[in-house]
Parts: sequence; C-alpha cells; structure tokens
Amino acid sequence: MKVIVLVKQVPDPREYVRIREDGTLDREKARAVINDCDKNALEAALQLKEKFNSKVIAVSMGPPKAEDALREALAMGVDEAILISDRRVRGSDTLATSYVLYKAIEKLGPYDLILCGLESSDGGTAQVGPELAEFLGIPQATFVEDFEVKGNYVIVKRRIEGGFEKLKITMPVLLTISKNANKPRPTTFSGILKAVKKPVVTWSLEDIGAEVDKVGLAGSPTKIMKVEKIGSQRKRILIEGNDVEEIVNNLLRSLQEHGIILEAAKQ
Amino acid sequence: MNGYSGVWVYVEHRNGVISNSTLEIMGKARELASKLGVEMATVLFGNDVSHLVSTLAEYGADRIYLADDEALKEYKTLPYTRLLTELIESNKPEIVLFTASSLGRDLAPRVAARLRTGLTANCIDLDVGCFEDNEKGKRLERILYQIVPAFGGNVVATIVTPYHRPQIATIRPGTFPVPTKAPGRGEVIHVKVNLRREDDKAEVLEVKRDLQESELENAKIVVGVGVGARGPDGVKMLKRLAEVLGGALGATRPVTDAGWLPQEYMIGESGKTVRPDLYIACGISGAMHHMVGVRNAKVIVAINKDPKAPIFEAADYIIVEDMFKIVPKLLEKLDRKG
Ligand SMILES: Cc1cc2nc3c(=O)[nH]c(=O)nc-3n(C[C@H](O)[C@H](O)[C@H](O)COP(=O)(O)OP(=O)(O)OC[C@H]3O[C@@H](n4cnc5c(N)ncnc54)[C@H](O)[C@@H]3O)c2cc1C
Ligand SMILES: Nc1ncnc2c1ncn2[C@@H]1O[C@H](COP(=O)(O)O)[C@@H](O)[C@H]1O
Repeated sequence: MKVIVLVKQVPDPREYVRIREDGTLDREKARAVINDCDKNALEAALQLKEKFNSKVIAVSMGPPKAEDALREALAMGVDEAILISDRRVRGSDTLATSYVLYKAIEKLGPYDLILCGLESSDGGTAQVGPELAEFLGIPQATFVEDFEVKGNYVIVKRRIEGGFEKLKITMPVLLTISKNANKPRPTTFSGILKAVKKPVVTWSLEDIGAEVDKVGLAGSPTKIMKVEKIGSQRKRILIEGNDVEEIVNNLLRSLQEHGIILEAAKQ
Repeated sequence: MNGYSGVWVYVEHRNGVISNSTLEIMGKARELASKLGVEMATVLFGNDVSHLVSTLAEYGADRIYLADDEALKEYKTLPYTRLLTELIESNKPEIVLFTASSLGRDLAPRVAARLRTGLTANCIDLDVGCFEDNEKGKRLERILYQIVPAFGGNVVATIVTPYHRPQIATIRPGTFPVPTKAPGRGEVIHVKVNLRREDDKAEVLEVKRDLQESELENAKIVVGVGVGARGPDGVKMLKRLAEVLGGALGATRPVTDAGWLPQEYMIGESGKTVRPDLYIACGISGAMHHMVGVRNAKVIVAINKDPKAPIFEAADYIIVEDMFKIVPKLLEKLDRKG
C-alpha cells in the first residue's frame, strides 16, 4: 500500500506573526514548524506503515526552507520526501496550491491513500484537501477523527455538528485528518540519524509538468483586496471599587444602565 | 461577467428543519441580491424535503431549485457535487453561498474546484462593490467582498474573486441575524436527479448527533471559560454561574483541548460563533482566534487579573481582578436577589 501525506510548513502559531502591507504574511520572522494536524496525518500514515508495511511519502509545496518540515517528517519515519519549490508558485491560493500538489502526486504514480491535515493554521481554509481530491478525481472524507483500512476501502469516522458520521469509502481516497485523531510521535535521536541519510527531493514546475499560468498570484482566482485593522467598537469601561463587593455592585449597575439585568433565572 | 446573475444559497436542513445558519445567510443574500438588482435563489437537496419550500419562500427566496429524491437522503460528497455543479453550470449564478459547516466545508471546495473558480472560507461578513485592479488597470463592478478574519491580531482581510464565476464563499454559522419572515412567492424549479455509478464511492453507515448542540448558539447569556479557570473546580464555579443566569457555558480552545469541557463548548475560529446579549469572559486572554466567535455579542464583560490582557481592548466592561474573588461574590448576590 502506498500512502501520501501532505505536509505544510507554517509560521509557529504560538508566535506572533506580522502582516505585510500587501496583506500576505511575513513568514520570515516567525519560526517555521509543521502544521499541527499535518503531524496527525503523518502519525496516521506511520501507523499504517507499521500495520501494513505501507510506503509513506511526504509531499510539500513551499519555499526552500520547507525542507526542514520534510526533514522532520523523515525523522518521524516517512520513507520519502518531495518538496515542490519554485518561485513562481508564491502567492498561490488554495486552487493553485491544489493544482500544483495534484501534478506532483500524478508524477508519483498510483497510490492508495492520501492524508492531509484538516486545516492549516495560517491559511485555515480546510480547502486544499477537497480541492486536491477533485483534481485527482477521487472520493474524500473531511474532518476525520478516526479511520481503519479494510481491504480496498476505509471506514471513516468524521466529525459533524454535535456528533459524528461513519462512512465506508472505496480507495483510493483522500482524508483530511483532525488533531483529535491521534497523538503524533515525537522525533527520536535515532530517527534523526536515519533521516540524515534520506534525501529530500526537490521538484520545479517543469519537473511536475505544471502550467505556469495556473499557479502563483496569476493562477489564483481569489485575490486579497485589502487588509485592515478593525478598531474595537467596544466601550472599554473599567469597573473599579474599593473591594470585591463594590466592584460587583458597580458591574451590576453599569449593566443595568444598558438594559441588562442580571438575576437568577427561574428554574 | 457576462451571463452570470443571481445570488444562491445552499440550504442545509436536519430532521426536516432548515438550519438557522441557512436562514441567516438567506437574510444577507437577500440584501446582496437587492443591491445587485438580481434574484435570490436557494438550492434544496434531500429526500422528502418539499415541505420546506414554503419556509424558504417566506425567508425571501425568489426561486427554489428542488431536488427531492431517495438517493439524496444522506449527504454524500460526489453525487451532491455532481448535481450542484451541473445546476450552477446551466443556471449561472454570480454568487453561491454555503454554511461553513461540516457539510458546507466538504461540498463547497469540491464544487469550486470542479468549476475552477475561487472560494473563500469562513467569512464573517459580505458585501458587494467595485474592485480596482491596479495591476491590470481595470475597474470591476458587482464584486463580492468576502471578509475573513486574518492572522495575527485584530485584522480582517477582504478577498475578491474578480475574474471567475461564480464567486463562492462559506459563512460561519451565527454571523448574521435570522431575518424576519414575510409572505413570499418562491417559484419552485424541479431539478432532475441523474446519479452516476462513478459517483457511488461512499456509503453512510451511521449518523449520530447529540441534540443539545444549539443551546450555546441560542443562549442569551454565555459564560466563557478560559485557562484562568485553572481546572475542573473553576469550571464548576462558572457552570454554576451560567446555570444561575439561565445561560450557557462556552470555552477557549486550550480549555477544551485539556478536556475540562467537551469540544462542543469551544468558541472561536475552530469552534462556534455565538451572538448572546451578554458574554462574560472569565480568565480569557482575548486571542483573535477566540474573539472572532464572540464579536456579535451585544455586551462583553471581561474578568482578568492581568491589566495588559488583550481582551480588555475588545470588552465593554473590564474587571481587573481574580475571577475566584469576583465570581463567588456575583453568585452570592444573584442567589440573594433570586
Ligand atoms: C489555528 C488556530 C485556531 C485556534 N482556534 C481557536 C478557537 O477557535 N477558539 C479559541 O478559544 N482559541 C483558539 N485558538 C487558540 C488561541 O490562539 C488562544 O491560545 C486561546 O484562545 C487562549 O485561551 P485562553 O484565553 O483561555 O488562555 P490564555 O491565553 O492562557 O489566557 C488565560 C488568561 O487568564 C488570566 N487569568 C489567569 N488566572 C486568572 C484568575 N485567577 N482570574 C482572572 N484571570 C486569570 C490570565 O491573565 C490570562 O490572560 C486557536 C489557535 C490556532 C493557532
Ligand atoms: N503548500 C502545501 N503543501 C503541502 N500540503 C499543503 C499545502 N497547503 C495545504 N496543504 C495540506 O492541506 C491541508 C489544509 O490546508 P488549508 O486548505 O490551507 O487549510 C493542510 O493541513 C495540508 O495537509
């Protein structure tokens, strides 16, 4: 069985990220890490490797330094890592990104399963997975909390509002994996040592046969028109008092002036 | 863009009832359609759903595309994508709006990719206007402004899809108020359902929902639990406050991640959007990721012991104190009054 995992390098969401004048993120400043739930996708793939001896290939599109993310994936235990890095893809929206990933996956040949993260912490659209599945012409399941491979299909548990849904889907299939799916393994020292020997293969647009006018800013149907700070429209009134009693009384009085009466609800 | 006209809303329904989020979006769609001088239509897929048509008309649908068929009983990505893209291709709406739900966020990207058009996820507002393309030196009219929260602070971005149609967006539930009903006409157009074998790749084995889900979204008062609650005892105290006030409990992501409360309680970008009259944020720092979920609250009270906490920029009433002192006192007073 062959499993492809899509890994995106993102600015560490736990650090502050600056936004440039043109609305794009200034990724240079923040430390770059593997997108949170892509690690869950990697973990799920590595569990399949342990169970079925599957081959696991990590694929990423990004700047040259995204190689670090793929190195980390190799250290976790994936067999191969492919980086699509080309200046012309800069500014790609989700459609253009999925197109590039689609061309790269086509080049890799037949596969059984594609695992994505549910959403990226910087893009946060949860679109690349389904859009990629559409380009590939395969079924999908999104918001996946758990899955099991059985013969030529998967049984998937996907989260829906207020509950979950169980689906049986024919492979090959693309799944977007939630961060609740599992606990990603840490990289070990021996893993890092083994990973040093494995190459990260870099492909250009020509290598994957992608059409230049379908990528980057020009190939993206969506454009950022403007980015603006929204000033707070809130009142920002400090409630003070000499003691807790007085503070609470002042709060109740202020709320009352705005027509909100706090009282115990009748049960 | 030539030939494309009309604003469409994809209708979500459950147990024979149209979801509130769909009605909310219809209110906005009606407004956009009026500004553009075009029709607002809804797309209704399902099995035994034709009785919902009158509701859609009452909420302002000029047209209802109805596909009522046993094969559409459960949502499945591929057949629904086929049906909807063919409908869009033959009727050419300029705008198609979806709920940012587990269904909308599964279907919309699939449809957008098949049509090779743009898609903007999780909008918190919409408008129409012109777009100046400085690069191409062009000015385009009737463009959908898709407004989304952007990373890294109190920032929003306006996304446009200038050269592709339709313009597609998903909208967070709870973003707009449910509009008022009015008698409406609502012309029904029956859609022929021709499913293909090649789209038959998935089978729905089980659907399970716990039915209390809308409590939080509909509550008039929401008490927000942050990391400052420190653990189960703090949560218990705030739960009591929510109960006494007849409100609901919500939480920040670290709180649900830590398992102090189930994931359904999460408010914010990855969780729910609420629109209560009053939001009481207790021990919450005020990260943008959380605050996008409460921006429609009428009044926000924040209790945080750190005077520099960002939440104070986004609250109406600010109490710089230990919540473990304020909340018990508040409870004491409420108990006395009640
Ligand atoms: C992609 C992404 C998506 C996210 N989505 C969401 C989301 O949907 N919802 C969400 O909530 N978060 C989300 N987050 C996380 C978010 O960025 C913040 O980390 C989170 O909201 C912070 O939660 P908090 O305010 O409870 O905790 P903290 O930031 O740790 O704040 C705790 C606050 O409590 C105060 N405090 C401590 N003790 C007391 C006391 N005794 N009395 C009074 N105050 C006290 C402290 O001063 C502090 O300000 C997301 C993050 C990412 C990267
Ligand atoms: N540039 C990229 N390279 C590889 N995978 C990506 C890339 N962008 C998005 N993905 C995958 O798609 C998922 C959803 O991303 P997004 O649509 O940006 O929320 C991510 O979790 C990744 O698995």
